[in-house]
Amino acid sequence: MRGATQVRWAACAVAVALAATACGGGGGDGGSGGGADGIVSSSWGDPQNPLEPANTNEVQGGKVLDMVFRGLIRYDPKTGEAQNMVAESIDSKDSQNFTIKLKDGWTFSNGEKVTAKSFVDAWNYGAALKNNQKNAYFFQYIEGYDKVHPESGSASAETLSGLKVVDDLTFTAKLTQKFSLWPDTLGYSAFVPLPKAFYDDHDAWLSKPVGNGPYTIESYAKGSSMKLRKWDDYPGDDKAKNGGVDLKVFTDNNTAYTDLTSGNLDLVDDVPASQLRNVEADLGDRYINTPAGIIQTLAFPFYDKEWDTDDARKVRQGLSMAINRPQITDQIFQKTRTPASDWTSPVLGEDGGFKKGLCGKECTYDKAAAKKLIEEGGGIPGGQLKISYNADTGSHKEWVDAVCNSINNVMGNNKACVGGPVGTFADFRAQVSTQKLKSAWRAGWQMDYPLIQNFLQPLYYTNAPSNDGKWSNKEFDGLIDKANAESDKAKAVSTFQDAEKILVEEMPVIPLWYQNGSAGYSDRVDNVALNPFSVPVYEEITVK
Amino acid sequence: MGRYVIRRLLQMIPVFFGTTLLIFLMVNVMGDPIAGLCGDRQCDPATAAQLRSEFGLDKPVWQQYLTYMGNVFTGDFGTAFNGQKVTELMATAFPITIRLTIVAVVFEIVIGISLGVVTGLRRGRPIDTTVLILTLVVIAVPTFVTGLLLQLLLGVKWGIIKPSVSADPTFDELLVPGLVLASVSLAYVTRLTRTSIAENARADYVRTAVAKGLPRRRVVVRHLLRNSLIPVVTFIGTDVGALMGGAIVTERIFNIHGVGYQLYQGILRQNSQTVVGFVTILVLVFLAANLIVDLLYAVLDPRIRYA
Repeated sequence: MRGATQVRWAACAVAVALAATACGGGGGDGGSGGGADGIVSSSWGDPQNPLEPANTNEVQGGKVLDMVFRGLIRYDPKTGEAQNMVAESIDSKDSQNFTIKLKDGWTFSNGEKVTAKSFVDAWNYGAALKNNQKNAYFFQYIEGYDKVHPESGSASAETLSGLKVVDDLTFTAKLTQKFSLWPDTLGYSAFVPLPKAFYDDHDAWLSKPVGNGPYTIESYAKGSSMKLRKWDDYPGDDKAKNGGVDLKVFTDNNTAYTDLTSGNLDLVDDVPASQLRNVEADLGDRYINTPAGIIQTLAFPFYDKEWDTDDARKVRQGLSMAINRPQITDQIFQKTRTPASDWTSPVLGEDGGFKKGLCGKECTYDKAAAKKLIEEGGGIPGGQLKISYNADTGSHKEWVDAVCNSINNVMGNNKACVGGPVGTFADFRAQVSTQKLKSAWRAGWQMDYPLIQNFLQPLYYTNAPSNDGKWSNKEFDGLIDKANAESDKAKAVSTFQDAEKILVEEMPVIPLWYQNGSAGYSDRVDNVALNPFSVPVYEEITVK
Repeated sequence: MGRYVIRRLLQMIPVFFGTTLLIFLMVNVMGDPIAGLCGDRQCDPATAAQLRSEFGLDKPVWQQYLTYMGNVFTGDFGTAFNGQKVTELMATAFPITIRLTIVAVVFEIVIGISLGVVTGLRRGRPIDTTVLILTLVVIAVPTFVTGLLLQLLLGVKWGIIKPSVSADPTFDELLVPGLVLASVSLAYVTRLTRTSIAENARADYVRTAVAKGLPRRRVVVRHLLRNSLIPVVTFIGTDVGALMGGAIVTERIFNIHGVGYQLYQGILRQNSQTVVGFVTILVLVFLAANLIVDLLYAVLDPRIRYA
């Protein structure tokens, strides 16, 4: 009975295999304690760019910078309001020349003092063309930017002429135009100070960044994990309430969610769409779904003559009215989106410029009126609306198909609107930014700082960097300029809203919905919240 | 033998250049990768131009290929978009994937060949039928179903394993992912071995060996199995390459940061440096595995000789 023996042997091999795995699995994450020393484990994605403040333009890298750095200004994690952090005061008499005074006592975690020079050098580094920083344009309002970062050719200056160090704790900034809300933009991570170590040994710094925030980096294995620990001597008043954060890169957010539900992970800041149906049952009130500063839109090509006419304007308004927003946000997004009724975001708040219903009937589903408007405008240019999107990430196909269905229903024509998938995000962006698209495409905007200006100027001002559709309107431009020069904040906001009203009439892009941040956490942690940028407020998390 | 090996090694050169060129062209066809680096906004033109020249993307494709190959021979595989050297990525990804592949191949050899021998020797008996049905099921069910199911049962419901492995996984963490990765090939190995054994069991030399009064164990292992292994070895040899490059599904499910993940990331970000670099190494692995398989033939069956 040799055969039987061999079967038994094979069965044993499997049993041993499983038993060995059992020994390997289970157990806690390095035996971390609870309370103030407890370590929070959290999901992470591989940052797309090297971790330099002026080179990080996506959430995953920004998340780390937010823990490791503190800038002049910090946005309140709850209200989004700009508050002084390292800055003692930022003053200006004419909205163009600013004097920035720093608080005394701030240091980097390596002991180096945070001085005016730490800021000026960092900003000069970020703006210089030769350093390839993707956020360089954040420094464009400072005088001399066109010299250190010309649109073409080589730079004729090394440093921004508008920045001057006065003494250890004071520096001045001169802007090229009046911009009263400029200090409120300085909370963006591109504006943080950098220590000398950054310039002395750049590679070493990149492999283990050193900053002045509540956390220090204990270890960083690129592409897989980062261990951040509480910095005990942190001088700020927003000290970490936990012992540290372990960030773990997940290749798939479904796996992260599985890890959370089985108790191996404390925090997931991106609940996968496929799990939204179960999330209430799995997590109960440990599921967070709050507004984030993100709006999604449909953009149109104004470089194409057919779309840049008075008739096409009516068509765009009609299309906007043909989209059943509430139905799509409920059924496809499980209420993780809110139907949009203006071009900003609810996180700005009423005072900050968000105005629910500003778009009015033009953004409300109305079958009859929609069809009438589109027909008055001579029908969809080219006879068919093709909505381009990238098919690789973000499950855009589902909602694009739903939007098209909605439009097709209104038009009573199954071919009135179709989706146009593009293979990768890079290819999609290349087509958008080189004006290859002849019909609509999906567009989105994640705010850099919670200001109404950030939702309007970079997107709709003539030749603005993210005005991909090349829409242009003199009246709109004029109102934006006027709002920027306004020294009274409330007046500035209402002028921006006047500009926004032009968008209702012209409908250069159709607002679809505001995106929410979604997160889930384990019962080991408490006090979990998302800030207006949909990033978890890590330093506030407590471990039981 | 020596001349045969040298001839095979020389044949590798055109294959190597051909495949890398093809991959290079394919990644290039996908378009401009710089546009995707700035997210939903447009890169400012000056920075984009600077990045393009840094990655050599402003030159014609043939020139990019020549420069790239020139660098590869000095051990420089270029830089990924996140600023990491591709060789650095390889140094973290390949050990993990090699570990995973070893686990999978060991499962294939141990379980697959044992089951094949058992069923081949007792054709038509209940054990044979049971294993045949089981292998059919394994082949029919896609890997991601097996993977997710095992993850759910062992990881979430029963808590025997962690649903995802750590950043630098050890062999025991990789047992379940390895089993999932091996499952389909394992079923094929079982079936191949079974057929081969069943066929050779009636061969003259087996009858002779039995008639000589050799112990049954010696007949099966030294005479029958050795001669039946040639198709199995061929299959496992080519499978090594397939497992290393094709583990994307398994690696995603168990959060393993191996070669499959890096390739996936590279393609998504259209990072030709990463994709071409990893594929180049995989091509070499394929070629080496095939060479070893061919050489093993001679060891297994002395009648096969390479002059």
